[in-house]
Amino acid sequence: MKNLYLIAFLDLKESLRAKWFLVYSLVFGGLIALFFIAGVTESQVMGFSGLSRLLLMYIQITIIILPIFILITTVRSISGDRDNHILEYMLSFPISLKEYYWGKIIGRFITVYLPVLLAMIIAIIFGVIKGASIPWSIFFLYTGLLFALSSSFLGIAFFISSFVKSSEVALGIAFFVWILLLAFIDIALISIMMSNRLDEELIIFIALINPMEIFRVSAISLFDPELTVMGPVAFYILDTIKQSTFIFISIAYPILLGLGFAFMGFRIFKKKDLV
Amino acid sequence: MIKINNLTKKFGKNISLDNVNIEFNKSDYIALMGANGAGKTTLVRSILGYYHPDSGSVEINGLDPIKDRVEVLNNISFVPQLPPPIKLSISELMEYISKSTGVDKGQIEYFSNEMKLDIKANINKSFFTLSGGMKQKLLIAISLARKSKIIIYDEPTANLDPKARDDFYRLLKDNQEDKTLLFITHRLEEVQDIVNREVYMDLGKIVSDKAIII
Repeated sequence: MKNLYLIAFLDLKESLRAKWFLVYSLVFGGLIALFFIAGVTESQVMGFSGLSRLLLMYIQITIIILPIFILITTVRSISGDRDNHILEYMLSFPISLKEYYWGKIIGRFITVYLPVLLAMIIAIIFGVIKGASIPWSIFFLYTGLLFALSSSFLGIAFFISSFVKSSEVALGIAFFVWILLLAFIDIALISIMMSNRLDEELIIFIALINPMEIFRVSAISLFDPELTVMGPVAFYILDTIKQSTFIFISIAYPILLGLGFAFMGFRIFKKKDLV
Repeated sequence: MIKINNLTKKFGKNISLDNVNIEFNKSDYIALMGANGAGKTTLVRSILGYYHPDSGSVEINGLDPIKDRVEVLNNISFVPQLPPPIKLSISELMEYISKSTGVDKGQIEYFSNEMKLDIKANINKSFFTLSGGMKQKLLIAISLARKSKIIIYDEPTANLDPKARDDFYRLLKDNQEDKTLLFITHRLEEVQDIVNREVYMDLGKIVSDKAIII
């Protein structure tokens, strides 16, 4: 176990020094700062106001940029080390593959989750200073959803990283996964499916297996379910499934999906040639 | 100590190791030679448990380097041909090595000093920012500090100046007793004072294996 924490700790330290991490943190922290500067908390649009509106805007942008950030920064984790012979040297020491792989995942998870969480905490602190009321239910829901979304894409990224030999190919696959999942969120999904006259149950099923769509629907589920911005699939899901059940699914499913991919990645990592 | 039985490793249609049979024992100091693509690195990587053989087996003290990698690698030190661009600082790299192998950091410092590398002045620098020679000196110092029973060097002197090469061979001579030393090299004259066995490979096969009297 000590080697697991050692790998996680060193990966975390290495990531914190990396330029990509600085950009990553600035993007999410900058978003919050921008919202405050733009006076988002003082305005009211379609019933949203104050910090609720700010957090909703933050989460809607996060849906798009968090997965691609996680994918491109993580997908080269193992394949990149393999590419430049770091893996060959680092694995010449008596570290089990299990400790190396899962240590890397833990370290990388902390790296990708912490900035998005901290950005929200900063928003809450600024909100308190400004005297705004704090929407705790939304804050805790979003904390859970971000944890779940980070888990799922981290698992997918490590899965890709474990079987791809070149980091360029890994990057290409990561982009493909992101665009595919992005294309299958709600409005794009339903327009494609409806024009091809597909069964609505299939449409709903495809929506429900997409972690980005689950995240999106759950993020707006605390608001009025009749909002037109939600899209027809989201509307149907929230109309059919009990809200609390759906929130539970929207957190549990992406975590399990991420763990599933991470385990598959580990099996491949163990079974394939290491370098 | 190292027993390789009918080992075959293919990459697609290319046969990198073709039914290799060889044993390396305690106090064998081997120069492993051969042209590029002869299979030397594949053989070393198979010993380190990086490759899954297509057929045959590798045994290190009776253990499988893939299934028992931690026990096997406890006894092996390895220095690659080119130092990898590790982004950890030297202090972090030393922590990784010290915690995973139990080696005393003081020993790494001692051998670094012997290799004329001032480790304390560079302790917070990232490993990849060091010069090629400094990186190689540190990897050599680590390999010696570990006091492993098996030491594998893949052309370790490529980045070293003549003085550093002399330091390296002196330290190796002082520390090679009762070990198995496997040297991948293209220059036998450089290691001929150290090795007592020459193994030539070609097209994935062992084509010559002879003892040398030092």
